[in-house]
Amino acid sequence: MSENTATAGNMMSAGVSGNSLSRALKSTAHSSTQFFVGLFALLFIWWAGIYIVTLNPDLANFNDFSPAETFKAYPEVWEAGIIQAAMSSSGARLGWGLGLAIAIGVPIGIIFGRVQWFSNLFNVPFQFMRMISPLSWEPIAVVVFTGWEEAIIFLIAIAAVWPIVFSTAAGLAKVDPNWFKVARNLGAKPWHMVTRIIIPAIMFDVVTGIRLALGVAWIVIIPAEFLGVTSGFGYAIQDARESLEYSQLMAYVVTIGAVGYVLDTICVLLIKRYSWHRG
Amino acid sequence: MSVRGTEIRIEGLSQKYPTRKQPTFNRVDLVSPPGEALAIIGRSGCGKSTLLHILAGITKGTEGRILLNGTEVTGPSPRWVMMFQAPHLYPWMTVTENVGVGLTFARWGKKEIAERVAEAIRLVELQDFAQANVQDLSGGQQQRVALARSLVMEPEMLLLDEPFSALDAFTRAALQKDVRAISKRLGFNIVIVTHDIDEAVIMADRAVIMAGSPGDIVHEMDVDLPDPRDRTDPEVQKLRAKLMATFQEAANYKKPEVSLA
Repeated sequence: MSENTATAGNMMSAGVSGNSLSRALKSTAHSSTQFFVGLFALLFIWWAGIYIVTLNPDLANFNDFSPAETFKAYPEVWEAGIIQAAMSSSGARLGWGLGLAIAIGVPIGIIFGRVQWFSNLFNVPFQFMRMISPLSWEPIAVVVFTGWEEAIIFLIAIAAVWPIVFSTAAGLAKVDPNWFKVARNLGAKPWHMVTRIIIPAIMFDVVTGIRLALGVAWIVIIPAEFLGVTSGFGYAIQDARESLEYSQLMAYVVTIGAVGYVLDTICVLLIKRYSWHRG
Repeated sequence: MSVRGTEIRIEGLSQKYPTRKQPTFNRVDLVSPPGEALAIIGRSGCGKSTLLHILAGITKGTEGRILLNGTEVTGPSPRWVMMFQAPHLYPWMTVTENVGVGLTFARWGKKEIAERVAEAIRLVELQDFAQANVQDLSGGQQQRVALARSLVMEPEMLLLDEPFSALDAFTRAALQKDVRAISKRLGFNIVIVTHDIDEAVIMADRAVIMAGSPGDIVHEMDVDLPDPRDRTDPEVQKLRAKLMATFQEAANYKKPEVSLA
């Protein structure tokens, strides 16, 4: 039996590695093509939209929103350090808000998914809270917190916590109770159940929740920065609008999209890293 | 890998669930010498799986005790490891990681874990799949990983709860032979619970038959056959027929009433 198994194994691994390399190359080439075609399509729609609008001489000022003007504005705002400063401020707020949401959301999600009475008791309140627009907390947040900074972080955290709670709980529901039985049988201590079984088992769902939370948080942070603070992308947009620097405003909008895309891609890579589910 | 067997001594073991009128089994006594492969056979509901779970320390008996080389079983331990009907592998771990998981619980060093895991994987003949994702393996290979995961703990006793019942006939036959061969080579005890007479004949040195309600050990038979055992061997067939007759006889067993007078 061992010889057969070994031969089959060798043949399998040789065949699989050859095929999978060529499949992977083809797939990468295909997705890169799609990426660039999609990006050019977006640029074209943007350019065409502005071109059509500016055919009307009364709307010629809209030319400042065009791709060409936007990319011309980039060196200016980059050299002035506005983009870097906005990235740093918004990034720090996002980091704090998301970090808080993870620190609160993951343990609550674990309890929610594992303790039946807790989930029965808090399902309705959590669903109710989830449906409240995070920005509607703003007036309360500015009263409760001493500074705008804390208020914005609170708004991000309250927006991001719900996807993390529900996704973690959904992950827990999929954990096979037999994994605990086997682990106990092999001498696992209670903390092993958490570190070796629960966390790896639900990591995929937690990161999926973080990805959703990041999307919500990145959306919330811009309007939250419109008021009170003097830094970040929300402030930069507001400032550019008031000084009629529309090409700069568009440069910030494009950067917001690009940063959001990069952060989302990092989450997708993490999801792939922690995914153990098979189709 | 150095493993030795243990003397298993079951003394007056009873199990009664509060929700049921009758005990599952009542005052069961059994002794198995070190290195013995013991099969417990019986129909569903006679309490054989419950007995195995108590042996593993996963469930507690309501009365009596179990001694392994004189030490009472009070809970699960890596010294006595159970293999379940399904392998229940951790799908986020490779074959190697699954096999070594028990050793990481016991905080073994990386080098020692690597050595023992490699040996256990070699023992179940999965060397070519050591780094494979367990989800890519067949049912038989997955059960081999579960076997290696148990063997790596160097248990004194391996408890098997119908571990091959979900596998196809060919894989089942191969694993039955391999588990027996490994246990004989390393010297640990096997206690296998099954309702498959063939499995008992191929794997065990002795078969005990549980029957009745409450369950009791009503017969026992030495399976005195040379290794390796082949189903088509007339001696195996003869013993199988004998065990089957005893098993059927046991099906009509009624526990004698004990007079308190």
